[in-house]
Amino acid sequence: MHETMVAKSLMAIISEESAKQNAKPVGAKISCGTLNAINDEILCFAFEAIAKDTPFEGIKLDIEHKPLKARCKSCSQDFDVEFSHPQCSQCGGGDFELLPDAPLVLEQIEFQTDGSDGKD
Amino acid sequence: MEKIDVGKKILAENEKYAFENIMFLAERKKLCLNMISSPGSGKTTILTRTINELKDKTRIGVIEGDIQTDIDAERIRVTGAPVLQINTDGACHLSAAQISEALKKLPVEDLDLIVIENVGNLVCPSAFALGESAKIVVLSVAEGDDKPAKYPAIFAKAKVLLINKIDLLKGGHVDFDIERAKADARRLNQAIEIFPLSARTGEGMSAWYDWLLGGIEQNVTQR
Repeated sequence: MHETMVAKSLMAIISEESAKQNAKPVGAKISCGTLNAINDEILCFAFEAIAKDTPFEGIKLDIEHKPLKARCKSCSQDFDVEFSHPQCSQCGGGDFELLPDAPLVLEQIEFQTDGSDGKD
Repeated sequence: MEKIDVGKKILAENEKYAFENIMFLAERKKLCLNMISSPGSGKTTILTRTINELKDKTRIGVIEGDIQTDIDAERIRVTGAPVLQINTDGACHLSAAQISEALKKLPVEDLDLIVIENVGNLVCPSAFALGESAKIVVLSVAEGDDKPAKYPAIFAKAKVLLINKIDLLKGGHVDFDIERAKADARRLNQAIEIFPLSARTGEGMSAWYDWLLGGIEQNVTQR
């Protein structure tokens, strides 16, 4: 449910960038870490609801989830954490330190350029 | 179609406020804890008992987050501790901007510790930094020992896990394997401090108090 605030913040940035580009946004690429606990379906639903009847209606979200990484205390290997069975991919050790989770990032916006002036 | 790289943090606005809160609290050497749990785990009961029993040792202020009502703030007010209620009107978590406003209204200078009681929810509040020194997660035995495995994010981020309502274990009222809950919480977070307790009977509270008072003292001397 916190996806609502994420969607609001996301729309604010898209709005700012669109004004700079003076173009109509049609897609946005987002990346997020595991601990952000972002549910794609809910984020898309929240964004759709907020964007309805605005120039941002219809923007397609492409969400990439980055794995949570950890560093093994035995062999110093960095590995992707599997929640159900977290262990070092190299030595199988269970003594590790979690590395900072990837933040929620708006990576890229796709703008319409096909003849229309992009104005709303 | 034209693609423009943006590379901006979506929650930058919240992080900006969280950072301001960290600076505000650090300058004044105040410890701030963000308490997170499901609804009904006993956050407010733990707080009222803690405030009452540590009255002579430390000064605690509370920021209460709830979707509606000031029922919790009223319970804190009875203890005499300064309290500020935030109603989120449907939002399932507090934001750093709300905490920034609340810190302006609380008599922060007169306090040693500020506890933020977040909206009851085991998922959403964990995704938003508020400017706290540490997150405290509360899990009551009635919720089941599988919660650290099923909701890993908050258990991975918290400094302390309070396992509440352990008085229910004695009568065999609930099946809750404390060792399983502990092991699952530690699987992702070996440093997590775990205190099983009952805010109702007072059992186990003293270890939590020791941690709290130690943290307050360290916060004052270290910074």
